[in-house]
Amino acid sequence: MTTASSADHPTRRDFLYVATGAVAAVGAAATVWPLVSQMNPDASTIAAGAPIEVDLTPIAEGQDIKVFWRGKPIYISHRTKKQIEEARKVPVASLPDPQSDESRVKAGHDQWLVVVGICTHLGCIPIAHEGAYDGFFCPCHGSVYDTSGRIRQGPAPSNLPVPPYTFVSDTKIQIG
Amino acid sequence: MSGPSDFQPTNPALKWIERRLPIMGLMHSSFVAYPTPRNLNYWWTFGAILSLMLGVQILTGVILAMHYTPHADMAFKSVELIVRDVNYGWLLRNVHAAGASMFFFAVYIHMFRGLYYGSYKEPREVLWILGVIIYLLMMATGFMGYVLPWGQMSFWGATVITNLFSAVPYFGESIVTLLWGGYAVGNPTLNRFFSLHYLLPFVIAGVVVLHVWALHVAGQNNPAGVEAKTEKDTVPFTPYATIKDMFGVSCFLLFYAWFIFYMPNYLGDPENYIPANPAVTPAHIVPEWYYLPFYAILRSIPNKLAGVVAMFGAIVVLAFLPWLDNAKTRSSKYRPLAKQFFWVFVAVCIGLGYLGAQPPEGIYVIVGRILTVLYFAYFLILLPLLSRIEKPRPVPNSIADDVLAKSGGKAAPMVSSVIALMVAAGLLFGGADSARAAEGGTKPPAQKWSFSGPFGTFDRGAMQRGLKVYKEVCAACHGLSFVAFRNLAEAGGPGYSVAQAQAFASDYKVKDGPNDQGEMFERPGRPADYFPSPFPNEQAARAANGGAFPPDLSLITKARSYGRGFPQFLIDFFTQYQEQGPDYIVALLQGYEDKPPAGFNLPEGSFYNNYFPGHAIKMPKPLSDGQVTYDDGSPATVAQYAKDVTTFLMWAAEPHMEARKALGMQVFVFLILLTVLLYFTKKKVWANAH
Ligand code: FES
Repeated sequence: MTTASSADHPTRRDFLYVATGAVAAVGAAATVWPLVSQMNPDASTIAAGAPIEVDLTPIAEGQDIKVFWRGKPIYISHRTKKQIEEARKVPVASLPDPQSDESRVKAGHDQWLVVVGICTHLGCIPIAHEGAYDGFFCPCHGSVYDTSGRIRQGPAPSNLPVPPYTFVSDTKIQIG
Repeated sequence: MSGPSDFQPTNPALKWIERRLPIMGLMHSSFVAYPTPRNLNYWWTFGAILSLMLGVQILTGVILAMHYTPHADMAFKSVELIVRDVNYGWLLRNVHAAGASMFFFAVYIHMFRGLYYGSYKEPREVLWILGVIIYLLMMATGFMGYVLPWGQMSFWGATVITNLFSAVPYFGESIVTLLWGGYAVGNPTLNRFFSLHYLLPFVIAGVVVLHVWALHVAGQNNPAGVEAKTEKDTVPFTPYATIKDMFGVSCFLLFYAWFIFYMPNYLGDPENYIPANPAVTPAHIVPEWYYLPFYAILRSIPNKLAGVVAMFGAIVVLAFLPWLDNAKTRSSKYRPLAKQFFWVFVAVCIGLGYLGAQPPEGIYVIVGRILTVLYFAYFLILLPLLSRIEKPRPVPNSIADDVLAKSGGKAAPMVSSVIALMVAAGLLFGGADSARAAEGGTKPPAQKWSFSGPFGTFDRGAMQRGLKVYKEVCAACHGLSFVAFRNLAEAGGPGYSVAQAQAFASDYKVKDGPNDQGEMFERPGRPADYFPSPFPNEQAARAANGGAFPPDLSLITKARSYGRGFPQFLIDFFTQYQEQGPDYIVALLQGYEDKPPAGFNLPEGSFYNNYFPGHAIKMPKPLSDGQVTYDDGSPATVAQYAKDVTTFLMWAAEPHMEARKALGMQVFVFLILLTVLLYFTKKKVWANAH
């Protein structure tokens, strides 16, 4: 069809077809944008993900609590001297995901470990105070984390992530 | 149908598939090589438009279902959250809601076209009946979809329509209980309607496949009504019909986009911005415009069962059309009498649509009965009779002859009939509007608003002052529960910074909890919190306000309106007048009279207001001069307060209005460009065919 009379006005015809096709393609692409963008978190979800404050006074030494921030469980452990020592004793280079304990806590608040309680393997919630390293044990596929939340054994590839947080006062942190 | 396809792909991978599943061949023979009569006019593009609309509705519907909650307590709110919080949620919702109207608009033209050109006649009876089935399914789907937002019209529409089945003798009540899943319309009803509203479009899509299949077996009818005989009568579907359909679709999209971006509430009922309330029925239950003719037939018949039978009969009779009209000549072009009566019939349908929106009293009932009789007479008496007595004009020998005979001079009637149809549709759309006219209360004067028209934006100063008026005056009784403090800092809002919104929020005490001790506690508001309501529940609100319930103000400017009357509502469509709500509210706030006019009996505990329907309002005069102090030097007068607070509430009702209008402008520029390009491409392509 398109070649039947293209000898007459070859350029004008081609230009028209190409222009129409291009404009239609731009329109189609622009239409896809809102259809995909709507899948992202909506404004109320984003607003609900604002930082939270947690009071640390009720957490006794050797205990930990779980709070939720952005739908994720956050472990806050009040570590004992022994736990801190265990974490600092191990040569960093020997770890699967080498990170020093000091870099995972806030200076001057070494007893407080704050980590996202989601196993870095496939997302299960590890159990605190279990496993061979006195840290966390993930029951799903047997990953073991130490008292600094670092991976020591099992299929998980990396340490439990530390969420963004700051000490508002000695007994209060803000997560987020 | 061109028989088994001779299409053969050259790519070896495609060849491999084609040998096992000849789908490319099927597509090629159905949509590329398929011979289409060369004399089709633009009325035939509505088939393509309908396919598009089905796709649009399914796509946007599936997306909306990702964000919607089908629960009686949450449905209304979830729709509001879609519009306010979901990325482009307002757009998707407008596309879907206006899409329903566009779908019906297109299907009515498609059906009238079939009627005019005799597209139901032998050998296309099954094709036609499948179409009637699709139409019935569309009506069911549209009705159930309208229930989902769970506003007042949703709820009462559901009640009235399901009660139609109670007319069935003996089993009526049981059928209705079965439909409801309870003793009244309630949560189980909403749940099943949602399920079916999701299901039925796919059933429609299935029947559409059969419809298209039947079409491809019988071949398309055409304006001449003679079958295609030789190669000269047809052109290949692609590129000829495809490019023509694309141009038609593009024009249609311009019309559609007008509603999406500029008149999103023109076709809806303001009453549906009030959450469903099983204790209060709205003054006028009016279905969506596309059901109005059948609603008029229902109401014209004074017997319950007979009314319901007539209403369904009005649709079912269409299925028998191929046998009611025996005339050998298909196209009304060559049937001088049928042609005239066709237009009379169109007028009858539009008249019924208009009456369906009027209150069922006086002259409306009588005219309704006459038109109902005429509607049925057209099918049951006139068409059978015409086929015997009418002497048709000779039809052309072939489609090719028809094309040759009318080269030139046919565009004018085409354009005029398009205009006539637009006006008629406007009349129908606006019919619902006039039902609200003259409900008591003076018509509020139209105000000048910065946010009206295609380029309208909110006046930031007015919004900030309005927020102050709301906070210091209205908030004592009225909630604003869909507005969050964070919204105050959003684009298109009152123009506060995030820090200002945060500070504003922290002035409020918000109930939170339970805490670790299991107790509720109060804390300062955060940006994510919503404006707290002054009363914990409706009962408390009523108890404190002499039995009246101060409505939540989040949606008040959209939930209040007044009829504009004929022909004003038609003009409104073109001028994009959408400000009935603000005009009403600003008038109401200033409409108090200390003394009711002589002879008016003001009930105890009420106040006289010029603009309130019925004039007796429970709310005491809320504003007086000097009540709120403005920091920006604006006059501290009731008139200024009213205008400011209304501006603020308009934004509260539609926080993304500015985004809507701005995107609308881009879409229009794009669509106009595309339409022009498609027009010339179409001309170029068709130049080869003539
Ligand atoms: S998810 Fe924790 S070990 Fe697999």
